[in-house]
Amino acid sequence: MSTYQIAALGRGSTRLGRLRGLIRGRCVLIVAGSVVAVTVLTAVFAPLIAPYDPNAVDPTAVYQPSSSAHWLGTDDAGRDILSRLLYGARSSLLAPALVTLTAGLVGTALAVSAAWLGGWYDRLVSALLDIVFGFPGLILAVVVAAMFGAGLTVAVVTLSVAYLPFIGRVVRSAALRERQLPYVSALRMLGVSGRRICLRHLTPNLLPLVLVQIATSYGYALLDVAAFSFIGLGVQPPTAEWGLMVANGSTGILAGRPEQSLYAGVVIVVFVIACNLLGGSLSQRLLGDNR
Amino acid sequence: MTGTHALLEVKNLHVTLTGDRRRRTVLHRVDLAIPAGAALGLVGESGSGKSLTARTVLGLLPQGARVEGEVRFDGRSLTAMAPAALRGIRSHEIAMVFQDPRAHINPVRTIGDFLTEGLVTTRGVRRAVAEARAAALLGEVGIADGARRLRQRPSELSGGLLQRVMIAAALLTEPRLLLADEPTTALDVTTQAEVMAIIDETRLQRGLAMLFITHDLALAAAVCDRIAVMYAGSVVEELPSGHLSDAEHPYTRALMASRPDLGGPGKKLTAIKGRPLSAFETGPGCAFAPRCPDARDTCTTQHPALLPAGSGQAACHFPHHPRAAAGAAERSTSDA
Repeated sequence: MSTYQIAALGRGSTRLGRLRGLIRGRCVLIVAGSVVAVTVLTAVFAPLIAPYDPNAVDPTAVYQPSSSAHWLGTDDAGRDILSRLLYGARSSLLAPALVTLTAGLVGTALAVSAAWLGGWYDRLVSALLDIVFGFPGLILAVVVAAMFGAGLTVAVVTLSVAYLPFIGRVVRSAALRERQLPYVSALRMLGVSGRRICLRHLTPNLLPLVLVQIATSYGYALLDVAAFSFIGLGVQPPTAEWGLMVANGSTGILAGRPEQSLYAGVVIVVFVIACNLLGGSLSQRLLGDNR
Repeated sequence: MTGTHALLEVKNLHVTLTGDRRRRTVLHRVDLAIPAGAALGLVGESGSGKSLTARTVLGLLPQGARVEGEVRFDGRSLTAMAPAALRGIRSHEIAMVFQDPRAHINPVRTIGDFLTEGLVTTRGVRRAVAEARAAALLGEVGIADGARRLRQRPSELSGGLLQRVMIAAALLTEPRLLLADEPTTALDVTTQAEVMAIIDETRLQRGLAMLFITHDLALAAAVCDRIAVMYAGSVVEELPSGHLSDAEHPYTRALMASRPDLGGPGKKLTAIKGRPLSAFETGPGCAFAPRCPDARDTCTTQHPALLPAGSGQAACHFPHHPRAAAGAAERSTSDA
C-alpha cells in the first residue's frame, strides 16, 4: 500500500476508511447501547417474559439439556436457567447502579467541596480517597462482611466506598482546574456565595465528567458485585443473580453440566464489555477525548 | 493625597505569594487613595502588580497569599473583614469589570443568569424584577434588544457586547466604587472607544468612584482625575492626570518619553533600557535604579519613600525634572 493510500484511509475517503469511521463513531454506540438497553428491559419485564418461576424447584428435571421446554436447560435443582438469568438481571444490574450512583454523588460532593475549600479539608479528603484507592475492594468487603455479615446491602455499601476514589480523584482534579477559571472570580465579585458557586456553576460544568466516570465504572462495579456473590458475600441464595449462578453452576461442571456457569458467565462478559464500550463512546462524545 | 475621607484607602500594602515552597513578594508597598466619585488611573507595565492590587482590595487572591498593610473602604478595613461581610461589600459596594469578558462569564449559563444571579441571591430581588432591571441597564450600556440578549449565551455575543454585559453586571449592584481591570484591552480599537465612553458616562452620571487599571497612559489621563504609576510592585508616583507632562519620577518621565507622537515629525521611539523587574527581584534600593538615567549611589542602597513632590507624590530620592531642576524652587512657590 502506498503512503498515498494510507493517508486516504486516515481521512476516511476509501470505502474501508469510511467503514472504520462508522465503526468508531456510531456502530459501537448503537451495538453497545442496544445490548445494554435490551438487558435493562429484560430485567424490568422479567416477570412477563420469563417462562418459569426462577425459584421453582423440580426434582424430577435436574440438569436438563436445552429443549423446547427449557431453552437453556435446568440447573442442579431443576430450576429453569433462562428464567433465572432474566430475573438475575434485576439484582445484577441494580446493585452496581446503586454503587456507582452513590459513589458518584458522594464522590462529587467530596471532590467539589475539597477543591473549593482547600487547606486541611482538601488534604484530609485526598488522603482518605488515596487510602481507599490503595485498598482492594474485595479485601475491604471480606473485612466488612466479617464485621456486619454477608448480604447485598453490605456489598453495595462497601463497594460504594471502594468506588469513591474512582469518581472523587478525577472530579477533584477537574474541579481544581475549574475553580481557577476567571468566571469563578467574576461570580465571587458579584457577591455570589461559595456554596452557590459550587452547586450552580462548578458541579453542572463538571457533570459530563461525572457521568462518564459513572458510566465507565458501572461495568467494573457489576463485575465486582458478581464477584462478591460468587464468593458468597453478596446476594444470598436462592435469589437469582449472575455471579451467584456462576458459583452455583460450578458444581455441575464436574457432573459434565457446565451450562449454568457458562451462560451466566457469557451474559456477564457481554454486558460488561457493552457497558465499557458505551462508557468509552460517551466519554468521547461528552469530553471529546480519544483514549 | 487630597481628601481626608477617601472612599478607598490602600496603605502600605504588602502581598506575598507562596509558589513551589518559596515566598515571593508581589506587592512591595502600595499606597493609594480614591475620594468618593473620583477616578484614579493605575498604570504600569505588565507584572507591575496593577491587577493584583485590585484583587487584593476585594480579597480575590490565590490560596497561600499573605497580605500586610491595610485596605480601608469607607472607613472599614477590608483586610480584617470576615468573609461573609466581605461578600456583602462585593455584592453591594464595590464592583469589578474584568479584562477578558469571555473568560469571566460562565459559558454554559445565559446572560440573564449571569446578570441577575447576584441580585436574586444576595438581595432577595424577585427574578422577574431583576430581569427587567437587567434589560433596562443593558439598554443604558448600548445593547438595544436587552430582553432577547438575556436569553442568549456568551458564545452568541461579540467581545464588545460581552464587555458591555460585564459593565451592566457591575452597575446592576449599584456600587460606589468600580474596579476596572483593563476593561478594553481585549477589544479592538473602535469598540474600545465605545466601551470606554460608556464606562466614563455611566460613572459620571452615577457619581461612581473608579480605580482604572491600564497600561495606556493617554487613556488613563483622559478618563481619570489622578494617575498612580506602579513599578515592580510599588507605587512610584501619584499625580493629577493633567500634570503627567511635568512628572517628578524618572520612570514616569521615561514612560511619557516612550509614547509615540502622532502629531510631530516621525522619529525613532525612545525605549527604557533594560527589562522591568518583578517585586521579588528588587534589591535594597530603588527598584528603578538599574534602569534610571539619573541614578546615584543613594538610589541603589536606600529605598525611597513616597513623599510629596511637585504636584503629587513621588518615590524618588532626586525627584526633579532635569530641565526644571534649576527652576524647581520657583515652581513650588507658584504652585502653593
